[in-house]
Parts: sequence; C-alpha cells; structure tokens
Amino acid sequence: MWVQAWNYLINHPDKIAKWTLQHLYIILVANALAVVLGVLIGIYISGKGRERIAETVIYFASIMMTVPSLALYGILMGILSALTLPSIGFLPVVIALTLYGLLPIIRNTYTAIREVDPAMIEAGRGMGMREMQILTKVKLPLAVPVIMAGLRQAVVMNIGIAAIGAYIGAGGLGQPIFRGIANYRNDLILIGAIFVSLLAIVMDLLMGGLEWLTTPKGVRIRRKS
Amino acid sequence: MKRYVTVVLLLALLLGVTAWMTSKGSVGIFRMFSAMKIVGSTLRHLQIVAAAEALAILIGIPVGFLTTRRASRFISPVLIGIANVGQTVPTLAFIGIAGVILGMGYNAAVIALFVYALLPIIRNTYAGIRSVDPAVKEAAQGMGMSKWQVTSRVELPLARPVIMAGIRTSCVVNVGTAAVAGMIGAGGLGVLIMTGLAVRVMPIVIQGAAPTAALAIALDALLGGLEEWMTPRGLKVMKKAQWQLQ
Amino acid sequence: MIKLEHVGKTFSDGTEAVKNLDLEIKEGEFCVLLGPSGCGKTTTMKMINRLIPLTSGKIYIDGVDICKLDQNELRRGIGYAIQNIGLFPHLTVWQNIATVPMLKKWPKTKQRKRAEELLELVGMEPDTFIDRYPSELSGGQQQRVGVARCLGADPPILLMDEPFGAIDPITRNKLQEEFLKIQAKIKKTIAFVTHDINEAIKMGDRIALMRAGELVQFADPATLLSSPKDGFVRDFVGADRVLKGLRLLRAKDVMQEPPLTVKVGENPMRVKALMEKDRMRWAMLTEDEGHFLGWITCDDLQESKRIRDTITPPTITASLDTPLNEALSMMFDSAIGTLAILDDDERLVGVLSFEIIRDVLGQQVDEAKTEPCGEGQ
Repeated sequence: MWVQAWNYLINHPDKIAKWTLQHLYIILVANALAVVLGVLIGIYISGKGRERIAETVIYFASIMMTVPSLALYGILMGILSALTLPSIGFLPVVIALTLYGLLPIIRNTYTAIREVDPAMIEAGRGMGMREMQILTKVKLPLAVPVIMAGLRQAVVMNIGIAAIGAYIGAGGLGQPIFRGIANYRNDLILIGAIFVSLLAIVMDLLMGGLEWLTTPKGVRIRRKS
Repeated sequence: MKRYVTVVLLLALLLGVTAWMTSKGSVGIFRMFSAMKIVGSTLRHLQIVAAAEALAILIGIPVGFLTTRRASRFISPVLIGIANVGQTVPTLAFIGIAGVILGMGYNAAVIALFVYALLPIIRNTYAGIRSVDPAVKEAAQGMGMSKWQVTSRVELPLARPVIMAGIRTSCVVNVGTAAVAGMIGAGGLGVLIMTGLAVRVMPIVIQGAAPTAALAIALDALLGGLEEWMTPRGLKVMKKAQWQLQ
Repeated sequence: MIKLEHVGKTFSDGTEAVKNLDLEIKEGEFCVLLGPSGCGKTTTMKMINRLIPLTSGKIYIDGVDICKLDQNELRRGIGYAIQNIGLFPHLTVWQNIATVPMLKKWPKTKQRKRAEELLELVGMEPDTFIDRYPSELSGGQQQRVGVARCLGADPPILLMDEPFGAIDPITRNKLQEEFLKIQAKIKKTIAFVTHDINEAIKMGDRIALMRAGELVQFADPATLLSSPKDGFVRDFVGADRVLKGLRLLRAKDVMQEPPLTVKVGENPMRVKALMEKDRMRWAMLTEDEGHFLGWITCDDLQESKRIRDTITPPTITASLDTPLNEALSMMFDSAIGTLAILDDDERLVGVLSFEIIRDVLGQQVDEAKTEPCGEGQ
C-alpha cells in the first residue's frame, strides 16, 4: 500500500497540488476574516469598564470551540439551507473556520492588551500620549506577538477542520481521505493524511517563525532570559 | 451561576431542534431516524468516548508524571516533542491513518481515539507538575517530607487544576474525533450526520449534528465544574488575587 | 552541638564548593554563615540537613553522625526556612505551620493549637490569620509564617537561608528585631546564612566568615570588627567597621543621667540662677511623672513666662534599645545636639551626647589596640 501511495503521488501530482491549493485557499480566507474580526473585537472588549462584556464574549467563543466540527458543519448547513443560501461547499466551511478561529484570536488580543505592563502605559500617559496613541504605539506593538501566537493556533487547528470540510464538498486535502475510505483505497487515504499533516506541521513552523519575526527585538531578548 | 444557565439554555435549544427534526417523520422519500436510534447512537458515542478517555487518563497521567522525574530527563523532551507534533496532526488524518493501519471497526476507532486523547493529557500533566514553584518543593523536602510525600502532598495537588484542564480538553476534542471516527466504523452520532449528508437531507444531518454538539457542550460544562471543584482553595484565592492586581 | 569535621563538597561538574571546613556551633548559639556569593555558606548549611550530600568529612549533631540517621527523620528535627519562603499555596496558614507536626502525626487539635501559639510568637493575630491562604498575605506576613513554620514541631536546631532577604528594608529590620526577641525566649541553635554584614553583626552570637569554600574567621561580632584577621575580612567588614561596632551597643548600655532635670511647676528664675551658677547651657523639662516635655535654655528663661512656655520641644528622641549607630544619626537631628532617651512609658531616663559616643569608640579602639592581631594596624 505504501508502494501504491508512492505511485499515486508520482502519477497525479496535479491532483495533489489542486487539493493543497484548495485547502490553502479556504484557510487563507477564513483566517484572514478571523483575524480582522477577532482583533477588532479583542481591542473593543479590552477597553476600560468592559470586563463584563469581555467575559461574556470570551465565554461564548469558548463554547463555540467545544462544538465538534462535523456537528457545526451540520448545523450551519441546516441554517444556510433554511436561509436558501448555498449550504454545501465553500461557504459553510469558511464560516465554520472563521468561527473557530475567533476564540484564540479574540482571547489572545484581549489578554495581550490587558497584560501590557501598567508601568509602560503610565509612562506613555506621563509623556502626553492620548489613549489612541497609547493603543497604537504601546499596546498593539507589544500585543502583536501574542496575537500571532493565537493566529498560529487558529491556523493549525483550522487545517484539520478544513480537512473534514471536504466531506461537504469544499475540496481540499480531506477529499482523498474520504474518497479513500469510501472506496477502500488505502493509497488515497495515506496521500491525503500525510499531506495534510505535513501542511499542518509546515504551517506551524512558518507561523512560529512569523511570531518570532513580529516580536519586537527588545521583547525577544527579554523572553530569552 | 450565569454560566450554567447559558449552557442549559443552549442544550435545551439543541435538543429541541433535534426533537423537532425527529418529529417530521419523513422528508420526501427519506424517513427520519427514530428517537430510539438517536438515543442509541448517543449512548454508543458516549461509550466510545468514555472508553478511550478512561484509558488515556489511566496511562497518560502516570506517563506524564514520569516525564517530569529526573530519571527520564533525556527521554522527556523527545516524548513531549512527539506529543506536540501529534497534536498538530489533523484529526481526520489521524483517523485515516489509524483506519489504514488498524483496519475498520469499533476497536480500531477506540485505539485511535485513545492515542489522540493521550497527547493533551501527557502534555498537561507534564506542564502542571513543572509549573510548581521550586521553592515550595525545596521547603517540603527540607522539612522532612519523603520524595513520595513531596509528590503526593505538594506537587500533585498543585498540578491538579492543570491536569484537569488537560482531561477536559482531551474529552471534548474526543467527542468530535469520535464523530469523525464514524467513518471507520465506530458507530455513534457521526454515522447519523454522514448518512444525512450522503442523501443530502438536512433534517437528518441535524438529527446527528445537534445531539453531538449538545454532548460536547454538556461534557465541557460538567468537566468544567469538576475542574473548579478539584482546584485547591488556596490556588483559587491566588488566582483571584492575581486577577485583581490587574 | 553541631560539629562539622573536615567537611568538603565537590559537585558533579567539578566545583569545589566547600573545602575542609571545621566548625562547631554550640547549643543555643546563633551562628551566622557569612560571605560573598559563591563562598559555600548555603552549601554548608544545606549539608547539615543533608539536602546536599557531603563529599567528605562528617557532621555530628549532639555527637551523632548525621549520615547514620534516617534522612527524613533528621529533617523533621531541624527547622528549615529559605529565602523564597516556599509556603504551600494550596494550604492554609495553620496547615503550613503545622506541616512538621503533621508529618510527625500529631493529632489535628494539637497541630492547630501549636499553629496558634506560633502565630502569636511571630506577632500575627491568630484569629485573623489562621485560616487564610498565603496568597492573601503581604510579603512580610508570609515571611513571618515561614519563620513560624520552621518552628513548627519545636526543633532544637534551625537552619535559615537569608529568610529576611526578599522584603523591603523597613519590614526586614522589624522582623530581625522581633526574631532576636523570639530567640531570646526560645534559645535555639541556629545556623543563619546571609551575605549582609550588617545583618550578621546585628543577629549573630558568632560569625563564620567564609570565602571560596573555606572558613576565614570565626568570631563574635565585636572581635570580627575590631580584629579582622586579614585583608579580605577587613574589606568585607567594611572600612566603616568602627562605626559598625556601634551597632553592638544600645542606648541603655552607655547613656548618662541628664545633668539637670526640671519639673514643670518650678519657678523659672530659680532655675535660671541654678543654671548660671553651674554654667549649664540647657536643662530638660519633665512632667511630674517624668514625661519628657522639652529643652530649656538659660536665655529663654524669663520672669514673665511660665517655664512650660519657654521650652524647645524635642525633635527626636531615642529609646533604651536604640542601637548606638542609629542614636548617632538621630543626634544630628536633635534640637540641641543631645539625645533624650525615653523608656517604654515615654519617661526621661537618660541622655546621649557626641562626647559620650566618642568616649565609647575611643574605648573600643584602645581595646583593639591591646589585642593581638595578625597584621599591623
């Protein structure tokens, strides 16, 4: 079966590439959405006096996370078809991925902004910065690496969830796995499983590097010690 | 309190929807699953999750504990590294490979689920024990506690919340993984979802999806409560003090 | 009571932390292990309760070789307090304090009672604190609980590794004073590690000054200050060692009677006459019971004013226990340049002046000069 898998790989690199690209496309769109929405929401709830809202938002987002992906797909499909929107393929998967990606990003944004050393904020105020300036020049730059960490979590998690989405017609690397299971083709299963795993590991490393790059040099040094 | 109210409402919503779908009787030429079938599948699902989880806890905690000991200081980075990589691997890929290697069927599914559930438990046990302040351990030893007493009276109680959190994560993820494992013959609620998807009848899909979601949410809330209960009071106070400092 | 014989410790990476150390700590003695970082003082202390195993030599407690005893039994008989305290965050204050009693299987009621006693001893109100958790306490309070915990089962020996290190100087000072009072009551044999010469002088009966794993000088604070054995000791003790010696004396040890005390009801002109006769520039005014009101100068006394209205109130006063170095500093603040010494009820009991202190120092230097020492002064 390993031999078969190898043969498949050699004979159909185009299909594998297609699946990989489909997969990446879905991830990209969904995570971009999640980042934009998530960071905005995170910034909003980290404002003063909004602790209650923050608690509620994070609580709901974390409940969202507990819902198994297959179940969420099913529920979304039901809702979408009731709204007469396309209920299979791209749309439900992207919505689900965005929803899943929201929690790590909102939570990390919130925590990162809240945990900025109060001494730094005070220094900024003491120097005459307005609240908005403190946000953009002090809080956000320090928060970026933590947000990146959240994004990394989201991406890696979403790669797996997107794979399952192949079942409802979204394409991607889940497809060979499902087809392989249905048709007793172990080679397909292996191709799909190995490639999607590789994708996850590679993306994890890449995002780790990105996280490192966006850490302001001073903070990096501090972390190391 | 508010938390539990929300959870209960959500569960009521999901179960209500399920009941509604079931009551439809049939959609077009397709017959809905009966209530019995849904309950049966739920129980089956729970069975798989419970079996895999129990094994994972029984083996995962001792292994995680052993990785923190000096004796295994060479193997533990490797083990933890494997656990980390393992968690990166997407669920479906894991199930797929398990299906290839172990074949189809209930046992294969439980084994796959067990292995997947092990990883967060080992990791959290390791992290939890490592997070204990070394000064506290030294004080305990210096006062005359034997190695075992230090572990049982100091390390483990302090690591408990983190370990519990690991079990909780592992369990909730397990519900989802078990649903996917329906593909390789595990039975459970995943089968209902996939049947519905195969025939493109949404209500049937909901009959499977809603109970699965409900199961996950309920377990999460239950284990969350357990986690609360198992956190030593002193640590809860400590967390509160830290929270207030912000 | 604690005897270290040719004790040595070499770590697995080759560092020789302790070299051939011979030391004997008498019963009831407060022995300070002093020295710069890396001199081996903490290692030495930790060898006494076998947290660090000895590489060579022997340690005897009451004549018994500690290596022949069960490790945990040994430790349960020795109190242990460390710098980071290490209180168990998941246990209450009393559970922390009663740890060793618990290990020794005392009944719970006895444990709790003991915890109450010890909380009182360290100056914390038992009812308030007994059921609290460490994270609810301030740094100073945590340190006190740490001290109480090490006294848990009333061990005869205490090992303390910079137990007052991690807090602010004001609280540290207070804790040091209180601990000295406690030690006066309970008279434990103590091995106390510090790198702070001032703490060593203040607290210790005898100081073991170490460098690079070896014992350089083992003497009481006065001797260490007046007769440092070599250049290293002299440098470590500090160039101001004579002034440091002032710490060892208290106001009550050297104060003198006030030259002239006047009670409130006196006739101002009579007092003035007395003062002019004896050529005194100032006198001290007290109430009938002896409470100190202020200073009177000859020029301020007038017929028309009551004595009480002519006083210069005191800017600063000292108590019987004030160490002389503090008293000296206070004197610069005093309105008259002489310091009034008051007892616990705020009654005037004596005075200190620059002359008195200079005489004391002069005496010390003379004594030092007559003592044999290694190198020429």
